[in-house]
Amino acid sequence: MWNQAKKLPYLLIAPSAAFLMIFFLYPFASVITQAFEHSSTDGYSLTNFQEVFSHWKFSISLENTLLLTAAVVPIQLALALLMATMVNSMRKGRDLILYIWTIPLGISDLAAGIIWLVIFEQTGFLNSLMLNLGLIERPVALLTYQNPMMIFVAIALAEIWRATAIMLVILVAGIGLIPREYYEAASVFRASKWQQFIRITLPLLKPSLQTALILRVILAFEVFAVVAALGGTLFPVLMGETYIYQFDLLNSGAAAAIALVILGLSIAFTLIVLRILKVPKGVTM
Amino acid sequence: MTHSVASGKSIRFLYIASIVLLCAWVLGPLYLLAVNALSSPDTINQFPMNLIPEFDLESLIFFANFYGMLDALINSITVALFTMCFSICLGAPAGYALARFDFVGKELFRVIILMTRAFPLPLLALPLAVFFIETGLDDTAFGLSLVHTTLALPFAILITFSLFSGVPRELEEAAWTLGCNRFAAFRFVILPLILPGITASAIFAFVISWNEVFASAVLTIQNRTLTAFLLQNLDTAPLHLKFAGGFILVVPAIVFIFAVRKYLFAMWGISNR
Amino acid sequence: MAIIEIKNIAKTFGTYEALKDINLTVEDQEFMVLLGASGCGKTTLLRIIAGLESPTQGEVWIGDRRIDHLPARERGISMVFQNYAIFPHMTVAENIGFGLKMSKIPADELKRRVEKNAELMHIEHLLKRYSGELSGGQRQRVAVARALAMEPDVILMDEPLSNLDALLRLEMRAELKGVLQQSNTTAIYVTHDQVEAMSLADRVSVMNAGEIVQADKPMELYRNPATQFVASFIGSPPMNFLIASNTSNGFWVIENETLSGPSIAEQSILLAIRPEDVRLSDSGLPAVVRLVEPLGPHLLVTTDVGSNQFRAILDSDSQIQEGQKIFLKPNVERIRWFHPETYRAVF
Repeated sequence: MWNQAKKLPYLLIAPSAAFLMIFFLYPFASVITQAFEHSSTDGYSLTNFQEVFSHWKFSISLENTLLLTAAVVPIQLALALLMATMVNSMRKGRDLILYIWTIPLGISDLAAGIIWLVIFEQTGFLNSLMLNLGLIERPVALLTYQNPMMIFVAIALAEIWRATAIMLVILVAGIGLIPREYYEAASVFRASKWQQFIRITLPLLKPSLQTALILRVILAFEVFAVVAALGGTLFPVLMGETYIYQFDLLNSGAAAAIALVILGLSIAFTLIVLRILKVPKGVTM
Repeated sequence: MTHSVASGKSIRFLYIASIVLLCAWVLGPLYLLAVNALSSPDTINQFPMNLIPEFDLESLIFFANFYGMLDALINSITVALFTMCFSICLGAPAGYALARFDFVGKELFRVIILMTRAFPLPLLALPLAVFFIETGLDDTAFGLSLVHTTLALPFAILITFSLFSGVPRELEEAAWTLGCNRFAAFRFVILPLILPGITASAIFAFVISWNEVFASAVLTIQNRTLTAFLLQNLDTAPLHLKFAGGFILVVPAIVFIFAVRKYLFAMWGISNR
Repeated sequence: MAIIEIKNIAKTFGTYEALKDINLTVEDQEFMVLLGASGCGKTTLLRIIAGLESPTQGEVWIGDRRIDHLPARERGISMVFQNYAIFPHMTVAENIGFGLKMSKIPADELKRRVEKNAELMHIEHLLKRYSGELSGGQRQRVAVARALAMEPDVILMDEPLSNLDALLRLEMRAELKGVLQQSNTTAIYVTHDQVEAMSLADRVSVMNAGEIVQADKPMELYRNPATQFVASFIGSPPMNFLIASNTSNGFWVIENETLSGPSIAEQSILLAIRPEDVRLSDSGLPAVVRLVEPLGPHLLVTTDVGSNQFRAILDSDSQIQEGQKIFLKPNVERIRWFHPETYRAVF
């Protein structure tokens, strides 16, 4: 009866396939054409890109986005690995700890930005703490243009706080797929815990590490609301510029051009990760 | 021996201490937000801050009465409910097809699904903005929910795929030999078994939509969702409004993650492959 | 009347031929076992009869109804699955009554049939339990009760005992046979276990590589295997095979022992002897003892006859040591002969 119904599977995927055609493939194609179309010229041109690239904010926002990604993702990866291995060796309270650690997964980036604003704003908790410790005498404005490093740190902390959970979940799921016998065999052969981690966990976790890294970095290139909440216009990033072009300047061609830059970065990075963390055939579990 | 016992103890202490620390790292900021949201506006703007909330609802009441805020909250819920329905209604059949049938084009379909995840999806709101104006979908909850469904649908398909895969074919076949047609077998045997999982993936779709900022901000003008509304007013809104808004955003998310916690790992495990 | 007729059934998966032109008739109320190693096509054949798989060609008839185009639910069959397929969200009673409910049987009749079949399978005390609270053997009983409650013309069973431990399997085997004899249903039963097949079946169809090699009564299969495959498949330890060469019309020689057999015009012939069909003697096949395994009632002796391995089951009083040279006298009437190229039995 499974192979009798030749049309049924197509009937079942048709709605979602059609939906993805209209709302994924079509806009994907049109964001590309939009980027190469400009009112001043006929046909396709690079005018939008020239306009965007020549604006002083572009290089800063590109730099900011990349720096933020470079600062945040490695820390998240290390933290997520640590948390995942800790959870894995846990007997009592595993579910509770896992739940607590995955709470940020459900929290929007805007809310995360606001949460860290509670700490970093002028009358916030960080200032209160420093006052109580006698470091300052009255509240100082932390998130100002004189203090770009502080803005960067605040955004980075909020990002690490918010988005480590997604990596944690992927890695915990991945570790769960590694058969226990491998560890038992390793300890019979007198491998220490550390050696087991290096020689068994890491190599067998490659597919999950791959997924986690790709997903996380792509999300990091899209960083937007956290920055809007904590840095406002003081810390321009690519996604924020896209929003400004689209919404404030009503220049959808330029917005599409930056969108393509983000897309290009995402694809390039995905390919790099796939290359570096190459998973040999047959190793995937 | 005493030495190694002592070092074992200190490792154990270190282990527990780091777990506690990491829990504090996650919960601390949430607590501080709650302190602020549950204090009066005056207290929030006071300095230094108190670590214990005064359980004053003035901020939240102010938030509720702020012009446009209640509408934004309703919009958010409407969009999220739409997204939830669309992604399950579209996604579950596809998940079933992937789990049960071999058909030409299955791999291609799977690849497209996985591709959507390696993609800055909110960006797709840009071309859709034009398309929506042409079709009259701009600035509607329905239109925005379509974009959010693009975000949630791949997850819904992958989760339901893993749910259906978890129900042995034999059960369905047994139902067929016991007088069920395809639909009856689904209705009486498959559906009751996967209902909790379907609920979880519906909740997940809700959270995805509830939390989304960029597409919401691009595609709505009058009928802003909560996230879009807060984003728009970030520069001008007083602190207590932001904090109350953040609090309202966070609370359902925490509850929902609790509801779906069992399924989080299953679905990431399966979608890794 | 539930005579099952399988006519020219074939099934291909892509280029792989799972079943090749199967023809089989199962008589009314007969217990037919499909026996074969995994991958021989026995389960595919069963699933085609059940309507869970569609044949690439051929017809299936039950009585005077052609059923191969009907959905499973309209075929008048019920099935016991290998992993029992007990619905985990229903109680035992709901499981047994499920098919009846789907067939819109009135409530009081449904209740009566559930109770009757639960009693038959000795699970009446479990009716309120869920499958998670049952042991493997109990699940098995529920699966059989559920199939019988439908009062089907035909009951199909796919390796139903393979997941039980050895002792339970013996017990369930005997019980199944009794229950099915009472129920007057035609049964088709798939297994890879020849002992199970021999003990349960009215007739056994031995399958190999998508074909039915021989369909016969159990003892007939054992005594008169139609091909060398059946001879090697049925019986444990299996038959011994030796090659003998032609001397004169109907006489074949092997290791200086001359045996009378069929007269065919071939240079050599394949002969098969069951391990229990030889006895120790002063003359006969010369054998060098390699291994002696005492099995209680008798000895299993592994020897070399020429360069061939030869197993013999001998009296447990026999004084035999490893390395010893002995003579084995075969019971000539029990020797079976196979054509050296077609591997078919010759008489």
